[in-house]
Amino acid sequence: MQRLLVLGAGTAGTMVVNRLRSKLPVSEWTITVVDADDTHYYQPGFLFLPFGAYRPEQVVRPRRQSIKAGIELVTAEVDRVDPTADRVQLVGGRVLEYDYLVIATGTSPRPDQTPGMAEALWHESIHEFYTYEGAMALREKLRTWPGGRLVVHVTEMPIKCPVAPLEFTFLADAFFRENGLRDRVDITYVTPLEGAFTKPVSSAHLGDMLNKRGIGLEPDFVVERIDTDTSALVSYDEREVPFDLLVTVPVNMGADFVARSGLGDDLNYVHVDKQTFQSEKFDNIFALGDASDIPASKAGSVAHFAMDVFERNFLSLVRGEPMRAEFDGHANCFIESGRGKGMLIDFNYVTEPLPGTYPLPTVGPFSLLRETRVNHWGKLFFRWIYWNVLLPGRQLPVPARMSMAGKRHDAPAAPTPIAAKD
Amino acid sequence: MPITMLNGKDVHVNDEGFLTEFDDWDEGLAAVLAEQIGIDLTDAHWKVIRFLREDYRAQGETATTRRVHTVGGVPVKEQFALFPKKPGKKMSYIAGLPKPHGCV
Repeated sequence: MQRLLVLGAGTAGTMVVNRLRSKLPVSEWTITVVDADDTHYYQPGFLFLPFGAYRPEQVVRPRRQSIKAGIELVTAEVDRVDPTADRVQLVGGRVLEYDYLVIATGTSPRPDQTPGMAEALWHESIHEFYTYEGAMALREKLRTWPGGRLVVHVTEMPIKCPVAPLEFTFLADAFFRENGLRDRVDITYVTPLEGAFTKPVSSAHLGDMLNKRGIGLEPDFVVERIDTDTSALVSYDEREVPFDLLVTVPVNMGADFVARSGLGDDLNYVHVDKQTFQSEKFDNIFALGDASDIPASKAGSVAHFAMDVFERNFLSLVRGEPMRAEFDGHANCFIESGRGKGMLIDFNYVTEPLPGTYPLPTVGPFSLLRETRVNHWGKLFFRWIYWNVLLPGRQLPVPARMSMAGKRHDAPAAPTPIAAKD
Repeated sequence: MPITMLNGKDVHVNDEGFLTEFDDWDEGLAAVLAEQIGIDLTDAHWKVIRFLREDYRAQGETATTRRVHTVGGVPVKEQFALFPKKPGKKMSYIAGLPKPHGCV
């Protein structure tokens, strides 16, 4: 018997075990997946929880409900991987041996990494929405918050779902308008990036959307600490942004066992080939989803598109054939923009998000980099797709590789050479 | 990719002016690139630039400000003092390397 061991039963880990279970004969392969608990969250739903738009039960299911028959789910914390002995040590002493290992333990917010963040003001005037507990605490806060200075903040890149803090900002703007509070709320978006987002075309679009909503932008802000006496973010170059309510995205890091196992970089991400997800040190170790260090967005859509490539390559590898499929870094993200509308972006390692339609030229039905109601309905419908199509490992009717069909390059002004800037 | 003349030699650059060929760079060029963005190179700057070059040669990618701190031994605070406002971008520009990842 050959043994496939997967660490992490989140989006990537669940997809990979379900897909491979239908390809690898039960008589020849065991598949085991390990997670610390049996609670699977629909993480994109966390964005809506603080505004009361989703009920808690819409975003949570038991993990085992999404895992097919013939796969063993082990509930335990991972202590460490011993990659030279092909063994995984679990907390509590159990040892699992493998022929192939997939690390899919994702990335998590780490507020303890920034002085002042997870201290006296935590869950008082400092909140986050990337965990279920955090999103629910923020929901309670917003229920009675009288207004003041709201600061939405990104600590350090990369983060999971890099558009989510912008979406939160747009939804907060709409929420306060609906509740007749907007004139009592001053909103500022604080980011370590040079603009609202990463790449020039989308950054300009999203920056314009902040501007139109009367939301301030504080770019190039790398936080050193939070001053809990004065309630202010303090940057390394000694700028200060005071707040009454801070909604931050803490530093994101991979699982600590990755570091203990000597497999991680300085943020505990596993170093793998960006086209095949294979560890460069160990041929039988792969990392999928947010746990890897590939230079793509940390997002469920990337994990999904990557899965097609991984599945083909893995089946080649176990037959003793070369891995020929290459991942292009394809990502596809809905951006909720408030008041019943949303945007969509579609991009990869080399092509930045561009305007146009998706997946079909002209007819769409989705519009790229433009706010429409159809995009918003797409975002809401995606929750059903997640539970019923993605996690079971079924195919979506869109290609895994990014396509230029439907995209327009409107030739924005070329970025200014750095020499011309400050 | 455009080619431009810097310090008396042809170098390959992208549309933001970052060098695209690792071997086009030399220390004389670094001083010219630094001058363009208003930085006078001191020993402290050179420590960062040389670390970035060596680390890129070994890793195949540009070190982030976090890595320059944890591996290169230059605290982020000092990086901001040496390369004001945009240390990640400015250090890599002078070192003739691509902008660090994390911006995806």
